[in-house]
Amino acid sequence: MDPVAAKYIGAGLAAIGTGAAGIGVGTLFGHFLNGALRNPSAVDGQFGRLIFGFAVTEALGIFALLISFLLLFAI
Amino acid sequence: MATESAPAINPIEQFSIHPVIPIHIGHYDFSLTNSGLYMLLAVALSCLVAAIGARGAAGVPGRMQAMAEMSYEFVAGMVRSATGEAGMRFFPFVFSLFFFILLCNLVGLIPFSFTVTSQIVITAALALMVFLAVVIIGVAEHGTDFFKLFVPSGVPIYILPLVVAIEVISFLSRPLSHSVRLFANMLAGHITLNVFGGFVVMLLGASAIFKGLAILPFAMTIGLYALELLVAFLQAYVFVMLTCMYLNDALHPGGH
Repeated sequence: MDPVAAKYIGAGLAAIGTGAAGIGVGTLFGHFLNGALRNPSAVDGQFGRLIFGFAVTEALGIFALLISFLLLFAI
Repeated sequence: MATESAPAINPIEQFSIHPVIPIHIGHYDFSLTNSGLYMLLAVALSCLVAAIGARGAAGVPGRMQAMAEMSYEFVAGMVRSATGEAGMRFFPFVFSLFFFILLCNLVGLIPFSFTVTSQIVITAALALMVFLAVVIIGVAEHGTDFFKLFVPSGVPIYILPLVVAIEVISFLSRPLSHSVRLFANMLAGHITLNVFGGFVVMLLGASAIFKGLAILPFAMTIGLYALELLVAFLQAYVFVMLTCMYLNDALHPGGH
């Protein structure tokens, strides 16, 4: 295979990971809302944990995006 | 065939390190690079904010004093909730770490500046410092009891070897995920901003029909910039939060 083509295909494959992280972030916020609507008084106390979970989950998508960018621009 | 010659945009050029003040001693290169310069800038800024905030502390705080007090309370609350009163000894370390990373991230968002935390060598050094501190504090405080960290209580004996192996691997991989999380977020965020900025330049350089479309990536750049401001704060927070959780492991091994 042409190495340049392989590079672009690899970058596209790596970007699939961002979609997986999207599932994770959606699950996170969905479940948060689920709980928040059942017990609205507990929302404020858990907001920090929500943001923490968001950052940790989103980081995995960023890893995938990073590999994609490295393939596109650095190699 | 595209006839326009769009200027070549290299999104990773912004991360190149070059010397600002070349200093050579013997065979060694001690040059002050742009990376070092922006680190000094972040340290100077954090000292300045703290110094102005603490100057002439009044009963009714002014704006700077309120900011300094709120940031103190914010980090102190985080350390206290994650490690308990025993961890407050490490509050100055955690506070400095938080403000160093936060200001490096924020200074990096100023156009044409340099993001120190987008260099893996910087984040890896910070993460390894935390990792070694955790091991040294844990062994100094608890001796061999520290290794109870790898042996969770209440696990059936026949799966214990597997659990211990997993715990050891997860402990050893901490500095890796700790450093790469901050580094990758900063790097990917800045590359994304640069790529979308590049789209604006490309569309403006294209034929008249496409010039109007340049507003779309421009709006996207503004949105991404707002997201990056959030990420700059969040990643500093997450880095320090994980540091607190690791310090908690050193202070209370076997507590989980």
